[in-house]
Amino acid sequence: MTGLNRRRRLAAVAVIALAAVTGSACSSSTDGPSDGGAYLVWDPYPQFADDSEWVALLKKCGTSAGVTVERTGYDTTDLTNKALLAAQQGNSPDVLIVDNPVISTLAEAGALTTTDDNKLDVSAMEKNLLGAGQSDGKTYGVPIGANTLALYYNKDLLTAAGVDPATVTDWTSLTAALTKVKAKGKKGITFSAIGTEEGSFQFLPWFWGSGAQLTSLDSPQAVSALTLWTDWLKQGHAPNSVINNTQTTSWQEFATGDYAFAENGTWQLANAEKLPFAYGTIPVPASAGGPAPAPTGGEFVSIPVQKNTGRYQTSQQLVACLTNADNLLTTDTTLSYVAPVAAVQERQATADPKLKVWVEAVRAAKGRTGDNLGTKYPKISESLWTAVQAALSGGKSPQEALTAAQTAASTR
Amino acid sequence: MRATTETSTAVRDQGGAASTAPPGPPPSRARRPNRWWAWGFLAPVTIYLAAFYAYPLYRNVELSLREYTVRSFVQGGAPFAGLDNYRTVLTDPAFWPTLTHTVVFTAASLAFQFTIGMALALFFHQHFPLSRTLRALILVPWLLPLIVSASTWSWLLNSDSGLVNAALGVVGIDPVNWLTSPGWSLTSVVIANVWIGIPFNLVVLYSGLQAIPAEMYEASALDGATGWQRFWGITFPLLRPVSAITLLLGLIYTLKVFDIIWIMTRGGPTGSSATLATWSYRLGFGNLLPEFGPGAAIGNLLIVLALIAGLVYIRIERRQQLR
Repeated sequence: MTGLNRRRRLAAVAVIALAAVTGSACSSSTDGPSDGGAYLVWDPYPQFADDSEWVALLKKCGTSAGVTVERTGYDTTDLTNKALLAAQQGNSPDVLIVDNPVISTLAEAGALTTTDDNKLDVSAMEKNLLGAGQSDGKTYGVPIGANTLALYYNKDLLTAAGVDPATVTDWTSLTAALTKVKAKGKKGITFSAIGTEEGSFQFLPWFWGSGAQLTSLDSPQAVSALTLWTDWLKQGHAPNSVINNTQTTSWQEFATGDYAFAENGTWQLANAEKLPFAYGTIPVPASAGGPAPAPTGGEFVSIPVQKNTGRYQTSQQLVACLTNADNLLTTDTTLSYVAPVAAVQERQATADPKLKVWVEAVRAAKGRTGDNLGTKYPKISESLWTAVQAALSGGKSPQEALTAAQTAASTR
Repeated sequence: MRATTETSTAVRDQGGAASTAPPGPPPSRARRPNRWWAWGFLAPVTIYLAAFYAYPLYRNVELSLREYTVRSFVQGGAPFAGLDNYRTVLTDPAFWPTLTHTVVFTAASLAFQFTIGMALALFFHQHFPLSRTLRALILVPWLLPLIVSASTWSWLLNSDSGLVNAALGVVGIDPVNWLTSPGWSLTSVVIANVWIGIPFNLVVLYSGLQAIPAEMYEASALDGATGWQRFWGITFPLLRPVSAITLLLGLIYTLKVFDIIWIMTRGGPTGSSATLATWSYRLGFGNLLPEFGPGAAIGNLLIVLALIAGLVYIRIERRQQLR
């Protein structure tokens, strides 16, 4: 018994000693300063492995700037907090690629350099895309590519229901098309109205398409947009599951072939080619006709503030390399995004005529944090998606929901 | 699994009185160990506790007492705000509904997990053929990653294409908007959480049952006690200590349940299934513009709730030992 006890104790000592040794070993390796030749790049594309074209491009840009690039891909929702924490601890990456509405938050935190500091040339970029990265006349990053929303439709299903997609140009004709589809026993439209930023992103084309402004959530136009969605749910044109749908689950619903329309983004183009039925795309129609302004999605490349300001010059070379015309074409083709530069957009549309709709949609699109809303946008957006959820789930009427939203957005 | 076997031996050693204290100290050795050695052994665990428990807790309290904006979070210099963040949270119109959801979610989850776990433990205590295999199967929910269980549940409960509504349709019941109607969302997440919590209750209660001497049952059978009488007269009272610790651990787990609710409903629609844990996450991380102060304040309120439960447990324990 004592023998066993002693052996056990010895083992415990060994384990503790080992833990202490490995613990200190770990800390010493992380404490050491990163060597000057390595430049850190963070991006929200964890789907790209080290052997992908994207990483190859990063390495190539590093080599031409005479440095090695160390790249980490984060989940996009995770990256905002990672970037804020890194800024707090003073170990931000040299180049940070983030979702565009995050730029205003990081700029507010003082974590990003402006184009005045980092000498980036943003003159070629489309103004409506650049808007998301600007506040108070300063520019905090360069768009690397843009995506936006449009309506995908199921060609086979619409033909069977006797609907010509070209006639769908405003809300009335769209609802009429949905009614015809429903009469055929199929389902009308699916979208994502989840209680997160994604839900606001999907509602915005309808919101803006009604003529409403984000500064006044309870305007009659805004109420008309929310009424459109609510009525679709009531009349069975849209499934109840939209309240919980992410854009991915909404796409999965469309892919079953039971739905005539789906509101989704450029990034689904590759998946669309795999659909078992013929598909097409039309812009999200505005209330009175014509394409509605959809919100711009897509990422910005930014240069976070560093203690050692000497690093900016190389970072600037890296970013310039990533956003030059040829590389933008490569990157945006891999990401299935629309380029932020008119000339490259033309090249994309020539190479793939299907992208034409998307190029037009991106040109008509608006930044969410634009109009100098900046960091006011997140609060407005949260109130907006809450209102959408309240109306769609039947908790409140569209008018009540939006009145509450306007109160919440303006008081908090 | 390790934890449960340890609990069961502890229970057996103490003759039914549950205690987390290890068996008595070994007999003192002739040669007294050097005092410095003792400190040396204590150091790793102290450093570990300080670095990974005390400091984060201190930071969280500090976060909740200052008025942080994203700017002051990064640049420093957030002004001391006293209890402002707590006041913001307590006067928020969402506070009372969210607290009610938390209480309902916790109470309902515990009640069902415990009752079903107890029933299954008694069932498997019978040692029938295949009982081991079936018991192992019931543990599956415990072994699955939460993201898998929660995603599966949200598919099952989908309004339009979910299996549950399809099954209800076969019986002739109208589909229920499990996750998308304010009236059902809380029930849905409770159902999923109960399913996930049953194995834990089963395992702990089952090991508690094995500690009850078989002679007791034999004696009561000779006296002509019925099944119910045996349960209420022997099993339940002798299981009380194990039950108490099961419920306490369950309470602490359930209070902080976040993943299941977030994956299934995001706390919605319109906050109808939000608990303090999901609210805290939404404030701190679920928005483009984080509100760290109020988020941390809710986190601290949760810790206080768990602490109160722990103190109540210790009190009850002590009173039982005095008796």
